Amino acid sequence: MALLQISEPGQSTAPHHHRLAVGIDLGTTNSLVACVRSGIADTLPDGEGRHLLPSVVRYLKGSAPVVGDAALAAAAEDPLNTIASVKRMMGRGIEDVKRLGGALPYEFAPGESGMPRIRTAAGLWSPVEVSAEILRSLKRRAEATLGGDLTGAVITVPAYFDDAQRQATKDAGRLAGLTVLRLLNEPTAAAVAYGLDKKAEGVFAIYDLGGGTFDISILRLNRGVFEVLATAGDSALGGDDMDHALADWMLRQAGVEVSADPHGARRALRDARAAKHALSQGEEAAVRVTRPDGSVWQGRLTRDEFQALVDPIIERTVAPCRRVLRDAGITASDISEVVLVGGSTRMPRVRERATAVFGRTPLTDIDPDRVVAIGAAIQADVLAGNKPRDEMLLLDVIPLSLGIEIMGGMVEKIIARNSTIPIAKAQDFTTFKDGQTAMAIHVVQGERELVSDCRSLARFDLRGIPPMVAGAGRIRVTFQIDADGLLSVSAQEQTSGVASSVVVKPSYGLSDAEIERMLRDSIAHAHEDNDARNLREQQVEADRVLAAVESALVADGTALLSPAERQEIEQALSRLRSLRDGTDVARIRDGIGALDRATREFAARRMNEGINKALAGHRLDEFG
Amino acid sequence: MSITMTQRAAEHVRKSLAQRGKGEGLRLGVRTSGCSGKAYVLEFADSIQPDDQVFENHGVKVIVDRKSLMFLDGTELDYGKEGLNEGFKFSNPNVKGECGCGESFTV
Repeated sequence: MALLQISEPGQSTAPHHHRLAVGIDLGTTNSLVACVRSGIADTLPDGEGRHLLPSVVRYLKGSAPVVGDAALAAAAEDPLNTIASVKRMMGRGIEDVKRLGGALPYEFAPGESGMPRIRTAAGLWSPVEVSAEILRSLKRRAEATLGGDLTGAVITVPAYFDDAQRQATKDAGRLAGLTVLRLLNEPTAAAVAYGLDKKAEGVFAIYDLGGGTFDISILRLNRGVFEVLATAGDSALGGDDMDHALADWMLRQAGVEVSADPHGARRALRDARAAKHALSQGEEAAVRVTRPDGSVWQGRLTRDEFQALVDPIIERTVAPCRRVLRDAGITASDISEVVLVGGSTRMPRVRERATAVFGRTPLTDIDPDRVVAIGAAIQADVLAGNKPRDEMLLLDVIPLSLGIEIMGGMVEKIIARNSTIPIAKAQDFTTFKDGQTAMAIHVVQGERELVSDCRSLARFDLRGIPPMVAGAGRIRVTFQIDADGLLSVSAQEQTSGVASSVVVKPSYGLSDAEIERMLRDSIAHAHEDNDARNLREQQVEADRVLAAVESALVADGTALLSPAERQEIEQALSRLRSLRDGTDVARIRDGIGALDRATREFAARRMNEGINKALAGHRLDEFG
Repeated sequence: MSITMTQRAAEHVRKSLAQRGKGEGLRLGVRTSGCSGKAYVLEFADSIQPDDQVFENHGVKVIVDRKSLMFLDGTELDYGKEGLNEGFKFSNPNVKGECGCGESFTV
């Protein structure tokens, strides 16, 4: 007899056609899978009742990779073949990964498109393949639990993940045999788990302190759309740091030199973690250290003493919280709810600090380790079609503006930051030079006005434009972003129909800090950028006018101008040429005006000449 | 005519309804489809129709339309686990044959 689940009214499926959809929290330290069954969303445990799957993969020569707790247990004895924290490497170039460096003991080899590959006993593996191994393990768990094939999955990613990191995550899902219904921002998933998307509007702070990373995000809900107002954090701050602080203290108390006894240090770390967990519940915990000589130190640790040890670590979350409020342009009193995510937010001290910073009691009902996966499962359930049509579908926004480079190294933004996705937008551009037959399309991401301050995503050429005078070509550039925030760009010349396109597999390599910096810089430099843009625009206009007058002089200068007239134009030309290289926008504009006035008569004569040529040899009645 | 539900099943329905935040009870039904002729319907009920029959078990309403009741009379609904999976099970005395998985049946 099959096991059945309760459906929404009218949404019962035919036998064997269950729409099984799961939410996956693919974390740096741990990963989870969750599903909605009979209207209840919860994470799915493995056969031994464990919900968290350590995000660790161990590659063995001649046998299948091992994922999870068994791999984690082997991390110390087999560090080179046991890959942990692979999320930090997703979508990064080999140079970036090497910069993450010290913390990662792996051997890297360059792969195609700059993606690093990790050397193990079982061969070379890219971060995408390692992540796929984790996803495959969760997929197997879900299928065993739900008794059928999965229709699809929603996978969560940090809000600050860029296109490359999102694409890498999606690739990993596909490689694991999952249909990725969409990628969802982690803070958005946490908000959905608490049903905050059912509210009309509000501003929410999502405080996520995990094992190894801290993220703080400010979301604004407006008519069913979550907009990421700002993110900040510290990619090397979390519960692990607290374990280390406590373990170091224990070893110091026992008089053990840490570096002299790596084995003992690892044991102390494990004991420290247990003591930390105990102190989230109780007021006191017993701790002990076995010295290398076999003697034992025993002690007791009160919650207050422990807090004194970890306070400096917790305090490091405060500055990003303040910054994110400032970046979002709001104050703590504008926040309507605070959501706590990540195992470390179980600590009473962390809750106290979060309450103090935002001035309100955070939501903590849902297990902070599971809340992101639960939100993803709720979204997956809607996307798989298990909910009636009127259930609002959660929308997402792009974090940074997307545009193309135009003459003068400026950026023309085509899709603005915080636009809801999926989205498609087109804009027409024209040729800059006479007889121009190709156009280089340079796709950039960022908020600044100059290309040099933005991030380059892709370049491609549109060739085969029929030769025309400058400004006559009509090139339509279309930007399309799918529901996961992935971009494709196409360009088409409208008269001839020649077209070219690119799916942006963005050049790998941009750190969280850089993305954050890009956002902050665009605000800090708003005025300069505006001035720089005005200057470039005038310079481009000057170049255009200079080129047009020069080519007109070559063509008709001798025939239509007296030497005096010609000299006057040459003077205006050379004055504009020297002004063009200066930085005074107003003077360049004046120079353009002066040249324009100096050439007005010349332009009129050329026009007449052109008409005469066109009419020559024709009788007047031909035009009647 | 009766439909019954075990304590375990009733508790789970209650939890699901509480989580959902609305609903009169649980709707059981039968419809024609599936590899062996008929399939069970198991849904939240937001309203009770004129030709529905309501059975109350352990404080939870089970709502069945009159036509489905002909094929469900005497059914007991249970909730249980099989390996990692868990869900609702029908014990229906009217069933003469089931498909291999038990999701559809003939009467």
